[in-house]
Amino acid sequence: MSAANGTPLLEVGDISLSFKGLIALQEVSFHVNQGELFSIIGPNGAGKTSIFNCINQVYKPQQGSILWKGESLMGLKPNQTAERGIARTFQNIELFAHMTVMDNILSGRHIRMSHGWVAGSLWMGRAKREEMENRFKVEDIIDFLEIERWRKYPVGLLPYGVQKRVELGRALAMDPELLLLDEPVAGMNLEETEDMARFILDIQDELGISLILVEHDMSLVMDIADRVMVLDFGRKIAEGPPSEIQSNVDVIKAYLGTTGDAAIPEFG
Amino acid sequence: MRGRPHLHTSYSSDQALMPTTTKKVVLAIFLVLAALAPIASSIPFYPDFLGHNDWMKILSHVAVFGIGALGINLLTGVAGQVSLGHAFFMGLGAYVAVVFGSPPGDLWGLGLPMWIWLPMAGIIPAIVGLLVGPAAVRVRGLYLAFATLGLVFIGEWAWRNLKFVTGGAFAGRRFPDFQWRVWKEETPVVDFASDGVWLGFEISEEAKVYLLMLGFLVVATLVAKNLQRTRTGRAFQAIRDRDIAAEIMGVDEFRYKLTAFGISSAYAGVAGALFASFVGRQIPETWDLFLSVEFIAIILIGGAGTVSGALMGTAFVIVLPRLVQDFTEWLSGIIESGEGTLAKVADVVVAISPDDGGVINTIPGVGPGLSVFQLNQILFGLLIILFMIFEPLGLYGIWLRIRNYWKGWPFTY
Ligand SMILES: Nc1ncnc2c1ncn2[C@@H]1O[C@H](COP(=O)(O)OP(=O)(O)OP(=O)(O)O)[C@@H](O)[C@H]1O
Ligand SMILES: [Mg+2]
Repeated sequence: MSAANGTPLLEVGDISLSFKGLIALQEVSFHVNQGELFSIIGPNGAGKTSIFNCINQVYKPQQGSILWKGESLMGLKPNQTAERGIARTFQNIELFAHMTVMDNILSGRHIRMSHGWVAGSLWMGRAKREEMENRFKVEDIIDFLEIERWRKYPVGLLPYGVQKRVELGRALAMDPELLLLDEPVAGMNLEETEDMARFILDIQDELGISLILVEHDMSLVMDIADRVMVLDFGRKIAEGPPSEIQSNVDVIKAYLGTTGDAAIPEFG
Repeated sequence: MRGRPHLHTSYSSDQALMPTTTKKVVLAIFLVLAALAPIASSIPFYPDFLGHNDWMKILSHVAVFGIGALGINLLTGVAGQVSLGHAFFMGLGAYVAVVFGSPPGDLWGLGLPMWIWLPMAGIIPAIVGLLVGPAAVRVRGLYLAFATLGLVFIGEWAWRNLKFVTGGAFAGRRFPDFQWRVWKEETPVVDFASDGVWLGFEISEEAKVYLLMLGFLVVATLVAKNLQRTRTGRAFQAIRDRDIAAEIMGVDEFRYKLTAFGISSAYAGVAGALFASFVGRQIPETWDLFLSVEFIAIILIGGAGTVSGALMGTAFVIVLPRLVQDFTEWLSGIIESGEGTLAKVADVVVAISPDDGGVINTIPGVGPGLSVFQLNQILFGLLIILFMIFEPLGLYGIWLRIRNYWKGWPFTY
């Protein structure tokens, strides 16, 4: 599933990140191909979220490179990574709590609109046209995620599971090429998890968006990921297709703290 | 579709400025009434007192402060940047207006017409806002409040010392009248600064000024409302609610904070200029910290983040002191007029002579008791606390509840 021209969509090379002596990431390398569902797993504090923050340039790794279609993302502002085509959902929901579902998802269209405050304040020309057009796009996303009935509610008032969907909707609204999902099914029941898995696969297959999935739910990861990378204490300890990862001794050690002879129970 | 009146059948109707017919009708009625206020005495059944000239002044005051409140609401309510610098930008706008608009004399003045001095009173504070903004918007939360507080003190110092512009401490100067001139001709095309006859109606100076202010307020409201519901407004709100997530969604935080700062300063400048001209004379002490705090109070009471909240809060904060004053005068009247329980109660509440005890003291500076001014300040303090505890959405929240009640009417679910 590599890109036609052979360059991966995202290529992370030997990044290291530390906070005042605390090492969060140590020489981590990986790549994501076009159309791929790449998953990052690892115990708490392994550095998974930190990788997302490096890609978004919220954190600036002290070493290493991050290439997007062959061009460096290093030194960009977070909003510029969005403009490149990278969207994200968060481990702890980071919606705009006082805005409606509609406005939250519309705010994902920010980078796909161009009118400024003058046109906006006069409701003229491009502002009016763009607002109307993007409204349709957002309705499509709302349909796709089956959240029609919540459209007009401030998201802060909605149930957790719905908020998770809205957050996914907001990210999809950006028309991204790469979507970073940080624990999309954490705290969800089985039914909600299955819905989410379905959405993720649809995003990959129908919308053709590449994904990086960070998730603790092993059965989900092993079911849907194309490739898996395992992090432990900021270091990469394994990478490969799900079947290989499941039987990898280092991985089992990282999760159980011992060389258990059984596979990790949670695994598929 | 009968019985389901609030479903929108097309996106464009849903997105319209005033989505429901009810809202349109209410607003239209409100605007017509507001516009007819000056000729109230000649319209049967119109609340008569509204036509009085001192009510015209109060309503003008509401309109002018409403513009200021829309500005601070954009910055603090919508974009979430708590600024105490509003008074500074209002003062700046006022002094820009006076330099451009007042006739040359002992103090600086270019004597240019209103269509120059009024826009300038917005443009120059916006530019200054954009110049000092980068330093201010890099800091967050309370630090921003402190940084902008500094602006107010610098401003007060500057206004006292720039005598050739401001007239100096406690002296002040006259501000340009509301007169519409093409250039510097003797007789203005439209004169809002004297009584006259419009469309066959006798109309006082106060009423004319009020209509003009109402017009400005309507424009300012439309602009603020449009801004808030389009791309820029969403970016402001995104930064307010979650700044890092907003950046990751593609919002250039620095740029949008700066935009909010600039637009808010422009609103403040225009409001300051209108306020100064409307009062006629202003001293440098007008533009103090208390004024900034008053605007924060307005949006807290009204409900931060909404246009209607900002306007309701303004009306409330301006009209309340007036009601307190009328109330104490009414009580004083009762005491003087005679006996009875009411008079005794009134006597306990207000003091009308130096040796008279009472909770409210109508003779400033004498005896115990609160002055009307102090009473107002205490009332505002209490109101802010009450609103923050019980109704964080302010008056707007109360209005929402009433509306939701009637939306479901006659069903109570
Ligand atoms: N802003 C920060 N300042 C200081 N330390 C941080 C910061 N962000 C992350 N860390 C540290 O870096 C390490 C990796 O954290 P990270 O959030 O990336 O882990 P994670 O793999 O996402 O864990 P979890 O599964 O709990 O979400 C942790 O030790 C964490 O405390
Ligand atoms: Mg994490």
